Parts: sequence; structure tokens; C-alpha cells
Amino acid sequence: MTGHDDLPVAARARRLEERLIAAELTSDDEMDEFLTRLYTKASPVNGARMVARAWTDPQYRDLLLSDGDAAAQEMGFGDLTYALRIVPNTETTHNVIVCTLCSCYPVSLLGPSPSWYKSLAYRSRAVREPRAVLAEFGLRLPAGTQIVVWDASAENRFLVLPGRPPGTDGLAEEELAALVTRDGLIGTAAV
Amino acid sequence: MSYEAGALVRVKAGDPDHHTRVPRYVRGHTGVIVAAIDQWAVPDDCARGIDPPREETCYAVRFSAADLWGSGDHAVTVDLWESYLDRA
Repeated sequence: MTGHDDLPVAARARRLEERLIAAELTSDDEMDEFLTRLYTKASPVNGARMVARAWTDPQYRDLLLSDGDAAAQEMGFGDLTYALRIVPNTETTHNVIVCTLCSCYPVSLLGPSPSWYKSLAYRSRAVREPRAVLAEFGLRLPAGTQIVVWDASAENRFLVLPGRPPGTDGLAEEELAALVTRDGLIGTAAV
Repeated sequence: MSYEAGALVRVKAGDPDHHTRVPRYVRGHTGVIVAAIDQWAVPDDCARGIDPPREETCYAVRFSAADLWGSGDHAVTVDLWESYLDRA
């Protein structure tokens, strides 16, 4: 198990699981199988590999921007349980992802979300004053850069496509993928 | 009824007595349709056990920070189902 079994929240989660099992909505085996699949395969390395390929392969970039689910599938990360929409940064536009209503997040491509992503502070401030929030993450954008915040309020899950860093022309796809961070894919870092 | 990219829409201002996916901060505000995303079941119906739920087009709608908050130069894009919107 996870090592959190003695926390009060674990007991609460277990009571909820028992209610769902009693209602015949799921089983212990089904939940174990789901969580194992989620946590062994879900990782920001997946999102980073998609970005690196988009940087090096214009056809893949087009697919990524037009049909995120198909682009994930092509890399072996399908079937996604959500509609994936990629929002590309440009010289003049920087994208940031938030879910103000809860904590929607493309888990299979980014791994489990960081606790700050689920915090009330991030969820309320990201839409109100993103420039200040990004500065607190250490990302100071030029005054002329337009910030676009994407609130995942429906069935879309978003992933930011960061711009390729300058001076990386000679790097192979794998080396490029290593430059991409989880925060870059959320939009709270440049890459 | 459907909206084309660039159309101005106003989000319904009401506060429903059931689950909805309209964030409070855009209620009553005017935004611009970025694109129609897809047809999805309306979550308000799903949460109330209405079977079958309405299937509607969901739109990406862009709002300016200055309009939402009175200040700021950024934009906020929110995904909203058709029945959440009226033409502005």
C-alpha cells in the first residue's frame, strides 16, 4: 500500500470504498487494478515526450494541436479517459492551466497532481492575478506577453506546449524531453 | 441554436439550486466564443439523475480579465455548455 494507511483521511477513504463495494459499484480488485495502472504508467515523462516530439516533428505537432487524444495514442499513452486539448505557447502568448471548480488534470500524462494545484490559493489566484502567481513560481514574463488562463471546467483536460528553448538545435528528441518539466506542462514554468 | 467563433455571448447570471459547471466568477459576464469543442452530456442533468441527460455543444469562451475583475491584462478561457449562454 501507500504508507499513508494510518492517516485519518485513509480511514475516511476506506469507509467510502466500503460503501461503493456494498452498493456493488466497484470491487477491491477493480480499484487495485485501476490504481496500479494509473500510478505505474502516469508520469510527467509522458507529457514531456509528446512535447519533445512536437518540437522535432512538424507533422506530430499538427496532430497534437488538432487531436490531443490521437497524439497521445500514437505515443502509446492512450486510451485517455478525457478529451485532451493542447495549448501552445508562442513568442507573445503564455498559457496556464487551472481547474477552479475542483482539480481536473491530465493525470496519465502528468502524473498525480501537486498539492498546490489543488489548493484554494492557486485555484482562485490563477484566474485573478496569474502574472503575480507565475512570478512566485519564479517565472517573470515580459510585460508584453499575453497570459491566457485555461479553466478546465468541462470535459477537456489541458496540457501546455512550451516553446522550444533557444540553443537546443543539436539535441536529440530524448535530450529535449529531459528539458521539459511538469510545471512547464502546467504553465507555471517556461519549459 | 449554435454559436460561431467570434460570437459574443453572455453567461446566464442565475445561481441554480443544483450542481452546475458554471464557475461563479463568469456568471453574468460577456465573453467571446473561441471554438465549439464537442457535444457532451450536460453535467447539471447528470448530477440530478435526469436520464437521458441533454447532450449539448460545449464551447471554449474567452473572457478578458479587465471585464471579469476590473483590472488585469490577461484572458481566461472557460468551457461552457450551450444552455449556460445567451447571445450578447
